[in-house]
Amino acid sequence: MNALVAALRKDLLLQWRGRAQAVAIFAFGAATLLLFSFAVGPDSRALRQHAAGFLWLGLLLASTLSLAESFDLEVEEQALEGLLLLPASPRALYYGKALANWALLALLGVALFPVMVVLYDASTPQLAGLLGIVLLGTAGLSAPGTLYAAMTAQTRSRQTLLPLLLFPLVVPVLLASVQATSLLILGDPMGQARSWATLLFLFDVIHWSLGGLLFGQVVED
Amino acid sequence: MRTAGQSRLSLASVALGVVLLVAGSYWGLARAPPEIFMGDVQRIMYVHVPTAWNAMLALVFAFVCALMFLFTNDWKWDNRLEAAIEMGVVLSILLCTQGAIWAKPTWGVWWDWDPRLTTTAVQVFAFGGILALRAFAADPMKRAVWSAVACIVAFADVPIVYFSVKWWNSLHQAQSTPDTVSSAFHWPLRINAIGILFLWTGLVALRARLGALRLRGELAPPDGGPPLVTR
Repeated sequence: MNALVAALRKDLLLQWRGRAQAVAIFAFGAATLLLFSFAVGPDSRALRQHAAGFLWLGLLLASTLSLAESFDLEVEEQALEGLLLLPASPRALYYGKALANWALLALLGVALFPVMVVLYDASTPQLAGLLGIVLLGTAGLSAPGTLYAAMTAQTRSRQTLLPLLLFPLVVPVLLASVQATSLLILGDPMGQARSWATLLFLFDVIHWSLGGLLFGQVVED
Repeated sequence: MRTAGQSRLSLASVALGVVLLVAGSYWGLARAPPEIFMGDVQRIMYVHVPTAWNAMLALVFAFVCALMFLFTNDWKWDNRLEAAIEMGVVLSILLCTQGAIWAKPTWGVWWDWDPRLTTTAVQVFAFGGILALRAFAADPMKRAVWSAVACIVAFADVPIVYFSVKWWNSLHQAQSTPDTVSSAFHWPLRINAIGILFLWTGLVALRARLGALRLRGELAPPDGGPPLVTR
């Protein structure tokens, strides 16, 4: 547990010191939100209709940058090998990294939300519900994303590989988060958002457990 | 290293598969009665449904290989894993193609966002991504471990994809099993299913042997001495 806290502190500190990177990733996400509206055209009704989809696609695209970045740092100067020499289980390293990535992605989601409101006029009164969906959805991106970033960071052509591996995997996250967010924005007469949230929760449980189980294999020789 | 006898066995399996596939397809195309609503179009079922069964089987086998590799660290499971993933991806691509060909005359569209069709497409990318990962990982040991890990994660993900798409949208006709299909259609379906099974197991065995030979080349010291890995 101590090792986990130390690993999380290290990763949060890394992200805090590299906050220029986080700002750049936010700018990237906001720019994609702007670009999506060009694809649809200046039709404010259609834009509002698809706002949730654009938000999550923007978040997904931005997440590949931040996830990849989180392991590029460890591969440089063989930092990862140094970490593995410490008397800490790889599991603690994984959960520390995944939690830090989750925090960054959730923050990114919260920061992109006002951009979506302004650009697409897609607000919701249920801010707590939306925050819940952002937390569940970004947790679903972070767990498999951290596991895969650990592999792809050590390969040639890492920029291509991470999205290639991650995108098909997180189809359920994208579907469920977009549906739930859409229901919160456009109205949810049947109360379906809760079942999408349950699906997200299930995905998170499975992938956070799998990631912890398998990470040791990925980094150890 | 496997012997030439096993290699011959794989070739025999491939040959048997081809013979069965030709026989089953002849039966399905020429002998079986046309289906009452869809007519001759439905005859694609005789390859489509067996392909679906076998694509799933190949990926289940890949999953078993991944687990076996992580538990035993025996290279033969890595060779089989690579072969099985390739086969699963090829069969899934075939499945999507046949599905689109069948969907156009019956549903009026090439593609539909139905759970099974969408899941198969996601499967192609999820497992195809693992093949890409293998291509870019230089170290054989890391490549083997990573693809086993990625295969386990992707395999665990398939049911979640299926259910999420099912909630999202649905149209596909009920799954074809011997119970839902008239008995006149049983035999060509079964023969083709077993034919494809023999064909792919033979091909996977051959591909695994090729993988083993390549690996031996990769691990061999440059001076042509004995290989570093004997298994």
